[in-house]
Amino acid sequence: MLYDSSPMAIAIFASFVLGVIGLSFWLGRKGQSAKGYYAAHGEIHWFVNGIAFAGDYLSAASFLGICGMIAFYGYDGFLYSIGFLAGWIVALFVIAEPIKALGKFTFADALDARFNSRGIKFAVAISTLIVSIFYLIPQMVGAGHLIVPLLGLPHAVGVILVGVAVTLIVVTAGMVSTTWVQFIKGSLLVFFCGVLTIMILNRGLLVNAGQQGDEDLRPQVHTRTPEGRVLVNGRPQTKENDLRPVGTLHALPAKYGDARETGPLRPLEYLSTLEESKIVTWSAEKHTDEKGIHTTYMPTIREGKDLLKPGGYFKGLSSGSLTDRLNFASLMLALFCGTASLPHILIRYYTVKDAAAARKSTVVGIAAIGGFYVLTLYLGLGAMTSGYLDPTSTNMAAPLLAKSFNETLFAVISAIAFTTVLGTVSGLIMAGSGAVAHDLIENCFGVTMNDHEKVRAGKIAAVFLGVAAMVLGILFKNFNVSFLVGWAFHIAASANLPALVMLLFWPRTTKHGIIAAVTVGMVSSLGWILLSADTFEKVYGLPRGDSPIPFSQPGLVTIPLGFLVLVLVSLLTPRQEPHQVRA
Amino acid sequence: MGKDHHPKDHVSSPSRTIGMRLFLIYVLLYLGFMGIVLFRPDVLSWRPLGGVNLAIAYGMGLIAAAFVLSLIYMVACRGISQDT
Repeated sequence: MLYDSSPMAIAIFASFVLGVIGLSFWLGRKGQSAKGYYAAHGEIHWFVNGIAFAGDYLSAASFLGICGMIAFYGYDGFLYSIGFLAGWIVALFVIAEPIKALGKFTFADALDARFNSRGIKFAVAISTLIVSIFYLIPQMVGAGHLIVPLLGLPHAVGVILVGVAVTLIVVTAGMVSTTWVQFIKGSLLVFFCGVLTIMILNRGLLVNAGQQGDEDLRPQVHTRTPEGRVLVNGRPQTKENDLRPVGTLHALPAKYGDARETGPLRPLEYLSTLEESKIVTWSAEKHTDEKGIHTTYMPTIREGKDLLKPGGYFKGLSSGSLTDRLNFASLMLALFCGTASLPHILIRYYTVKDAAAARKSTVVGIAAIGGFYVLTLYLGLGAMTSGYLDPTSTNMAAPLLAKSFNETLFAVISAIAFTTVLGTVSGLIMAGSGAVAHDLIENCFGVTMNDHEKVRAGKIAAVFLGVAAMVLGILFKNFNVSFLVGWAFHIAASANLPALVMLLFWPRTTKHGIIAAVTVGMVSSLGWILLSADTFEKVYGLPRGDSPIPFSQPGLVTIPLGFLVLVLVSLLTPRQEPHQVRA
Repeated sequence: MGKDHHPKDHVSSPSRTIGMRLFLIYVLLYLGFMGIVLFRPDVLSWRPLGGVNLAIAYGMGLIAAAFVLSLIYMVACRGISQDT
């Protein structure tokens, strides 16, 4: 769809982004030592750290991806909310306190605390980099999608804009500015999503909301010709001849008679009314011929009760397909195990002073994140029936939902979504730069650096990661961001969790066991993803059937494989004497 | 810190014992949800809560349970000093 930009939207957006960058410059004065740059001196208050956890974790996948998935497929998007939050239970009850006590700047510090092994540092640093890059891609993709309707600029410009802004934030003050950016973003995101949810409930449900006249249920065809021209329904795409916005309520429950709107609804009433309503959803079918690539958007009138239970996205759950069930089980396992293995989350435990503060900040994080995920259901369902969905993008549902109320709210929500990306990407680049400068250059390759050089090495690494993130964000433009983040969770859970859990709970764990588990978990999950049917279809453009992998989500195989490899290799290698902890 | 620290210390501490018990409770709740979705999806259409179906009620319940268990953990660990 083509979008108009409004000066007010641009002004609100610019003030948010410049405000955040300005704040990071101001805070940058405090982060000049290595401990300040990588761990904010360990002086962040537990409450601020807890909200910063939310700011770090509630990424583009949570806000844009989940809302979009619910808006287009119904309940299945909420499965991501459930899984993403469940992972925090592992983080709080199993990981938080030991990781705080064992580490210093990075996740590798904790895994290596007992052994002082270069092999562990190398394997974990590489795993941190790969997980961070896989997590970065969807954030950058999401940033690009936000820029298109807000500023009327191409997707790639949005990606470059966020890349430059984030690199500036990280390079100025490292973890201090990153923490405050995440705190502000986390607070704003939860607050404004709460406001948006209240507005959804107050508006209630409307038949054909946002439509000009009667509901238009004709299919729409988008064509890209071999010469690069774009046609809509056979004619050149213009503002007058563009794809129509979609996503409407077709009929209210019988008890409303001829009424076309419900008026304000209570939270549970909203869900139960939707369940008895009929809703129009849109799906896309692609085919290619000599005239170009044609995407046909087809409407389907569906019962609300079918959309509010699993099976819209994971279709096999309702049809009984074994592959889809395995995919679902694998995804839910990876989401559960992945959170506590994400390096950019784990490094936040080093910014508070002690284990008690780590515990308390996790509880605050769970409250903020859990509250937000409850809201995602209302945001997604509100978007589903707003009449403002862009049929070409599942990632734009939340900002366009705000647009269905007014332009100001749209500008504010888009700006918050953009700062959402800034906050998460800052954390990821921090984790990646720590892995390169602290784990690889200093600890693994043995380069001696003074405090100033350590900070400079981290900043140079951050610039390289920022550039890589921009390139990947442009290449992966057409993916749903939640789907992409799922991949990062699989790799993190497969590579990092077995080593972390076994180090804590099995005294027989050896350094060779840890190196083998991290390496095998990382390589097997990454290899599985690269050979999966989803990647064949969406990345390589090859038929799904050509994939040698039975189902796309690897965690169900590769997480247990990581544990198995660790146990076998540890049993086959000599036990080491515990090393004196340096932290 | 500057003192000997073995990961085992964290496994055997009182807060770990409490944490592991609460963790197991949540794992059972989570597995229950996955089991229903995978093997008895028809049950999820049942509407036990003010017209809201089990799929949504259980999902919201899991989110609420995470928060309640984390609060219990924080309260239970209050008296335990292990600020290592």
